[in-house]
Amino acid sequence: MAWFESAGLSLIVFLPAVGALALFAFPKANETAQKWTALVVTGATSLLAVVAAASFDYRAAERFQFEVTESWIPAIGANYHIGVDGISLPLLVLSAVVTFLAVVYSWDHWDEPRNVRGFLALMLLLLTGMNGTFVALDLVLFFIFFELVLLPMYFMIGIWGDSAERRIPVLGRTVTMRLYAAIKFFIFTLFGSAFMLLGFLALYFRSGDFLGENTFDIPALIALGAENAFGSGTFAFLVFGAMFLGFAVKVPMWPFHTWLPDAHTAAPTVGSVLLAAILLKLGSYAFLRISIPILPDMAREWAPFIGLLAVIGIIYGSLACLAQRDVKRLIAFSSVGHMGFVMLGIATMTDVGFNASLIGMVAHGLITGLLFFLAGSLHHRYHTREIARLGGNQKLMPWMGGILAFTAMASLGLPGLAGFWGEFMSLVGAYQPLSGLSVNQFQTYMVIGAIGTVLTAGYMLWMLQRVNLGEPNEEWSGHEFADVGTYEWLAWAPLIVAIVAIGVYPRIVFGATTDAVVNLARTAFGG
Amino acid sequence: MLSLLASAPLTLAAESEGYAELSPGGFFAATAWIMLVLPFVAFLAIVLVGKRMKGQGSELAVGAMGVNLVWASVLFVQNMVEGIYREVNLGIGEIGTLAGHRLSFELGFVVDGLSIMMYWVVAFVGFLVFVYAVGYMQGDVRVPWFFASLSLFAGSMLVLVGAPNLIQLIIGWEGVGLASYLLIGHYWEHKENSDAAVKAFLTNKVADVGLVIGTILVGTALGSFRFSDLSEAAAAHSDTLGAVAVAGGLLLFFGAMGKSAQFPLHVWLPDAMAGPTPVSALMHAATMVTAGIYLMARTFPLYHEMATEARPWMVTIAVITLFVLGFLALVADDLKRVLAYSTVSQLGYMMAAVAAGGYTAGLFHLFTHAFFKALLFLGAGSVIHAVHSNNMSDMGGLRRDMPVTFWTFVIGSVSLAGAIPLAGFWSKDEILATLGHEGYTGFMWVAIAGAFVTAFYMTRAVALTFFGTYKGHGHPHESPRVMTGPLVALAVPSVIAGLLNIPGVSWGPIRNFTDWVGARVVPMGDYHPSAIEWDLAAYGLAAAVAGIVLGWLIFSPEAATQRARDRLEVPVLYPLLRRKYYLDDLYMHGVVNPIKGPIARGVDWVNGYVIDAVINGAGFVTAWVGNLVYGRLDQQGIDLVLNAAAGGTRGAGKRLGLVQTGKVQQYAGAFVVGALLLVVVFVIVT
Repeated sequence: MAWFESAGLSLIVFLPAVGALALFAFPKANETAQKWTALVVTGATSLLAVVAAASFDYRAAERFQFEVTESWIPAIGANYHIGVDGISLPLLVLSAVVTFLAVVYSWDHWDEPRNVRGFLALMLLLLTGMNGTFVALDLVLFFIFFELVLLPMYFMIGIWGDSAERRIPVLGRTVTMRLYAAIKFFIFTLFGSAFMLLGFLALYFRSGDFLGENTFDIPALIALGAENAFGSGTFAFLVFGAMFLGFAVKVPMWPFHTWLPDAHTAAPTVGSVLLAAILLKLGSYAFLRISIPILPDMAREWAPFIGLLAVIGIIYGSLACLAQRDVKRLIAFSSVGHMGFVMLGIATMTDVGFNASLIGMVAHGLITGLLFFLAGSLHHRYHTREIARLGGNQKLMPWMGGILAFTAMASLGLPGLAGFWGEFMSLVGAYQPLSGLSVNQFQTYMVIGAIGTVLTAGYMLWMLQRVNLGEPNEEWSGHEFADVGTYEWLAWAPLIVAIVAIGVYPRIVFGATTDAVVNLARTAFGG
Repeated sequence: MLSLLASAPLTLAAESEGYAELSPGGFFAATAWIMLVLPFVAFLAIVLVGKRMKGQGSELAVGAMGVNLVWASVLFVQNMVEGIYREVNLGIGEIGTLAGHRLSFELGFVVDGLSIMMYWVVAFVGFLVFVYAVGYMQGDVRVPWFFASLSLFAGSMLVLVGAPNLIQLIIGWEGVGLASYLLIGHYWEHKENSDAAVKAFLTNKVADVGLVIGTILVGTALGSFRFSDLSEAAAAHSDTLGAVAVAGGLLLFFGAMGKSAQFPLHVWLPDAMAGPTPVSALMHAATMVTAGIYLMARTFPLYHEMATEARPWMVTIAVITLFVLGFLALVADDLKRVLAYSTVSQLGYMMAAVAAGGYTAGLFHLFTHAFFKALLFLGAGSVIHAVHSNNMSDMGGLRRDMPVTFWTFVIGSVSLAGAIPLAGFWSKDEILATLGHEGYTGFMWVAIAGAFVTAFYMTRAVALTFFGTYKGHGHPHESPRVMTGPLVALAVPSVIAGLLNIPGVSWGPIRNFTDWVGARVVPMGDYHPSAIEWDLAAYGLAAAVAGIVLGWLIFSPEAATQRARDRLEVPVLYPLLRRKYYLDDLYMHGVVNPIKGPIARGVDWVNGYVIDAVINGAGFVTAWVGNLVYGRLDQQGIDLVLNAAAGGTRGAGKRLGLVQTGKVQQYAGAFVVGALLLVVVFVIVT
């Protein structure tokens, strides 16, 4: 498989983009051909990602594998440098597979205005952006992929999103949800990205002081970081802060999260799924890939602050969930809490904490992805997402209700399902944070986080009670509701299996991540 | 794997005494994992094909439980003759380093005196309840789901008691919690049932905070989550464990307080009676609620050797539970609620024993209680099945119509009251002896007084249900054999199980309960009486007899005038009991409603009116400034950044136009340029 060593990752990244172009080879009316093209392309991409996972050398999970380095923009020393290690591999597979399942689900779910080709092209383009971000080992390349995902998502929300009108608090203006949400998402992220780019450029210009020439190369910068080249002065502080803004908006961390509930609620189903399952991970992944190993001293200095925002996010997100009346908005807010656990893990600056964040990301991707699928299918049938109007869903659609209950249980961190490990290990990490961090402070975070799990259970169970249980609302009497359909089963069953499998046998993820995060913690913080 | 102890002088009691004498067991011990897996297979099968089967999947559930009963029985008998110890751990993932240790998650199973006893109780009571439920649930709205959930419970419970480490215990622990939630809310069409289910789940989730943090404390100190490592470290008085022993022990105990319904976290258990009666019998009486007692027994060396300072607190909680909450059974009209409060009180006895240092005493009461309390619940179910009401005010005089139910119920009641020579007498007596011996003399007298209360409310229940005249509707009939069979089968151990643990008595090759339940990796070193303490037994017995006599005097049909009972409705005390000490009101109005209502709405308000207002405000101000600049400088292209933001936010009002013209790319470009400009400034400045 020599070809895979050199071309495998590039195929995983660019095959979807090529597929997006290929869609335009067929007339717009030929939807079947478009759908099959998208299915084959995302299927092949998933298969390649699985091949990558299968031929990955797990005994050297801390090393970048399938690495490719080609000169790209010599003028600024930017290279086409890609590779995966144990940290990015699970996320790469997640991104490829979830997008494939999203295509399957789309088979008979199309939002108005119906434009199969346009929608699929955006999905494929999005996949290129996401996969590219996970394999990029050059800051310029990373930046481009990181920004590339913005456009397809912007159009998905802006064109196919919720066309309801909503009044904005305080300003009192009435806006169309999809436009407001799309622009908010775009501007917000771009705002963060501007600072992130600033940080990247600052690293670039400073790296020359140590290496003789400026570099955007991530492994080279990590090597500098291991020697603490960038130090712990004002420069490093500002650079970390600039990158923090970019990544924290993407995660999103409290208080940069307000784009998320709007974007999620307004987005079409598949958009919400991909947004929750993959896009949110780009930020937290970037902390592990870039901020921490390159600026370890600053990471240590910022850690208490990151941890604070994380636990605020956990409690705040859960409380906000309790106040939601829209089931999709509730799920959206739940992401704020769950990503809080991911960030708490990172903030502990320990390998256990990093590992917690990684398995938390994978689990959140699977579980919240599935929750958004379900929210979409419920909306599709009831034409409403208002919790008060639902109720008795279990009676009208037993399978749908059952899967919703299962996923809600997974989301509230039921041990034995995937969501538990990340939460639990974040707390383990917070109990014994990196030496030098305040143990009392982090143990307080641990207790607050643990209380957050109770609130999480509270809003999930309350949502289940109001949506699933009781007698169906009278307005639905006489309606026939189709229970889970074929394409829904095909898209959801793999997610359900994965949630159980990782819950029972988390080595599926740890096998890749553990050595990599142990190495990350060791090179960054010694010991 | 106890590398951390390598530095300490490692003389494990386990190796010198006992441990080496334990046999690894044979085929059944090596394949004990089948018991843990089989119910899950049944669960899956029932969910998938149950509806299409003749018995709606009940045959799969009963069959799986039958196989488990065979497995557990073989192990049970084998272990009574020779002690078995076998532990299997399968790594499911290494998670990183902590304090220099590589930390792993593991799944597996342990076969030792404690787990075998639990396997057998779960399988035996479980099998009988499953059979009973075939009759009881006939014609129910969703029989397959009921049996699927019961199987899910059985599997989770066996995963819990078979767990060789804290992580697996937590998985089983929450698994039984989930099953409990599903079964309490079995009739989820009615809100009060789903409310009860949510309450049970959340109360336990609160307690689980203790379990999880306690696990973290103990696990990180040991570098292992295994119980065997915990026991060995405790026996060796490891310093690292010692540093967290009291805090960790109390936190684990807090977890146990939820599952085992200790004051003040007991509030979910009476409400849990909303579930079908077989569920109450199996889960909320015999097995699931004993998980907390089991946890304390499993981690017993931690408390016995190291966390000694925690124990008086634990005993206090347990004694409050056994005494104060037993009174609530006096005023309940719902027969199942009487039994529920009785269960809470009996769990207090068990917890008091284990916390005081009576490993065997607590477990023995767990063992006998499983039989007579399951019997009482199934008997109650039989009555409820016949009269279609839970309330004793709709019953009365049923002894003639339902003789089997009546006699078995009386046997269960007398055993629970602690009358010699029934099972309950022996186990309660051992608890009293332990409390006395460990220096809790005051609490011992409280426990004796509690025995009086127990006997009193059980007599009341029997009198109101089975004596006097029938006050309900229709003509009640005795239940079918499929239901009375299990009653008889449970009545037998309710009578004779005490014989297994008469101090100093063994039956041929069958060793005493004390000996075989203590077959563990390290000896438990707990106190157990070597001979019957007759004086103590006499006090306990006197309390029981007094309770029965007084109860009969007040509640027998002859004495039963309303006035006689009214005299019991003491001002202050009676309303206090009827309102369940106002704990529910406190939790509901003091905690749950404020969080769900004003606090949650406040957070949502902050989100919209503070954080988002800043964001939106910034956007609109930028737009305004952008317009101003645009007007003044007339498109001179200097303020690309401002324009980008301005245009973007202005677009909000302009419908699709923005999306279609693709201006976003321009704005993105503008942002990049702007950022580059800022960088130049930044570099020059630094």
